[in-house]
Amino acid sequence: MADVITPRGPKPRRRFSRTNIMLYGTLIVVAAYYALPLYVMIVTSLKGMPEIRIGNIFSPPVEITYQPWVKAWAEACTGINCEGLSRGFWNSVKILIPSVILSIAIASVNGYALANWKFKGSEVFFTILIVGAFIPYQVMLYPLVIILRELGLYGNVWGLVLVHTVFGMPILTLLFRNYFTSVPEELFKAARVDGAGFWGIYFRIMLPMSLPIFVVAIILQVTGIWNDFLFGVIYTKPADYPMTVQLNNIVNSVQGIKEYNVNMAATLLTGLVPLIIYFASGKLFVRGIAAGAVKG
Amino acid sequence: MSSSKARKPSGLFRNLSAKIASVPMVLTALVVFVGGTAWTVVYSFTSSKLLPKLNFVGLDQYERLWSTRRWLISIENLAIYGFFSMIFTLLIGFTLAALLDRKIRGENVFRTIFLYPFALSFVVTGLAWQWILNPDLGVQNVVRSMGWESFAFNPLNDPDIVIYGILIAGLWQGTGLIMVIMLAGLRGIDEDIWKAARVDGIGTIKTYVRVIIPMMRPVFVTALVLIASGIIKIYDLVVAQTNGGPGIASEVPAKYVINYMFRAQNLAQGFAASTMMLVSVIIILIPWAYLEFGGKKRG
Repeated sequence: MADVITPRGPKPRRRFSRTNIMLYGTLIVVAAYYALPLYVMIVTSLKGMPEIRIGNIFSPPVEITYQPWVKAWAEACTGINCEGLSRGFWNSVKILIPSVILSIAIASVNGYALANWKFKGSEVFFTILIVGAFIPYQVMLYPLVIILRELGLYGNVWGLVLVHTVFGMPILTLLFRNYFTSVPEELFKAARVDGAGFWGIYFRIMLPMSLPIFVVAIILQVTGIWNDFLFGVIYTKPADYPMTVQLNNIVNSVQGIKEYNVNMAATLLTGLVPLIIYFASGKLFVRGIAAGAVKG
Repeated sequence: MSSSKARKPSGLFRNLSAKIASVPMVLTALVVFVGGTAWTVVYSFTSSKLLPKLNFVGLDQYERLWSTRRWLISIENLAIYGFFSMIFTLLIGFTLAALLDRKIRGENVFRTIFLYPFALSFVVTGLAWQWILNPDLGVQNVVRSMGWESFAFNPLNDPDIVIYGILIAGLWQGTGLIMVIMLAGLRGIDEDIWKAARVDGIGTIKTYVRVIIPMMRPVFVTALVLIASGIIKIYDLVVAQTNGGPGIASEVPAKYVINYMFRAQNLAQGFAASTMMLVSVIIILIPWAYLEFGGKKRG
């Protein structure tokens, strides 16, 4: 019974077993497939048009040119306007900054009130908010046009900021509510005993404690708002169109000869902001979308 | 006792700061979500054209909707896209997650590659795939120039299969998210389950099918709800990739709504179409809510 236990059976082969080759082989092929569009966009944007016309979309550029990037940024036309995508970029920045700040400020206070200062009916409003996250936006688009018109904000950047705040509210409120609920209640009670009120506890205790969740919320909102197309096209005027809308107008314009290299440079420029955030934030991005995924 | 009772502020003013702070939430919930939805549904029974007017015409808009070819094509496209998108997203998402869960090296690198498309917008996704599927210079051209002259793969210009061209792009963008959710689900499964399966001599694939997947039911349900709500919203991908073309072959309901509300200035027709979208969401959500929350109460 108490014999020394010796390994039995063949020694497991680690590296090049059949399953491992299949496993890594599959993963590498699939990864190549997922990476391919980004690669194609990059090489296309670095080629000249003559090379694109005769060549293969997968082949690397023979002669690298940055001209398409310059043209996409500063000269590409939408209709009669030839300022390039830079205008859309700055419009997006102008929309993004107030939207992110306002939506997170409101949602974090909501989450805090829902977690620590429940009042009669607060859960009802929260439930409506979460259910509302599933309502197709199309149902609420026109009523919002009316509301914004009444407020004098229709067709204005601030109107779009308000729309982003409204539609970002369910998921962000959920995110903050869940986070604040996990904060030990003793801490909150101790602060209450010391005489701190609603805002005192929020600013002096909750806010400093919850920086990680704010970072997650910022990642979620920056990528979400930057990538928005629908609200941008409906609630702003052409002069204020965000980058995604302008990109679509540049690439899908029917006039003129198609310059695929400029189009791909423009597409990459538009994708750059979320890509940088994605690659820089790593696990936090995953945490953000996981929080977004598990609604309710 | 009585003094403390007397000092308690009346119900309305208790937690006053919290209530004031919740005003934006209450307004969003009641005015936009409940009010806005009800408003659209009510006005879908009117004959509003350029401006919303309350002249009721019963179900006229719905009758017109269901006899419009463009709407029927939109619904058909949504059904095809939805069906294949659900199956393939779940299948690919779960398979990738299972592969990554086999304690492999470089898991982070693979995960980063599979998920990056999700960070990109639908417009960027649509334009990238529009270029790759370009018949003259894209994949079709590359395969032909390699010697296979008769090779034909031109989904974006073929009305019969254009929706599959959009599906390819949609899957590329969205499968990473489901993979991450599935991976989180797989990581939540007790290591002992695997040990027990190994002791019993059950193969890996059999263990997944018989034991792991049934255990992950809640994760699959979450993934399904997520995929389904994404499918119904599909709009910018189509606008960027085909703009509904060729002709109206790749139209989708969300695009129909926007078109009638903001381009064709036939508001009530747009309202009726968006109400139909709402109805389809309700049809998906109610069984889910029943299973999720009704089931728990009984259990």
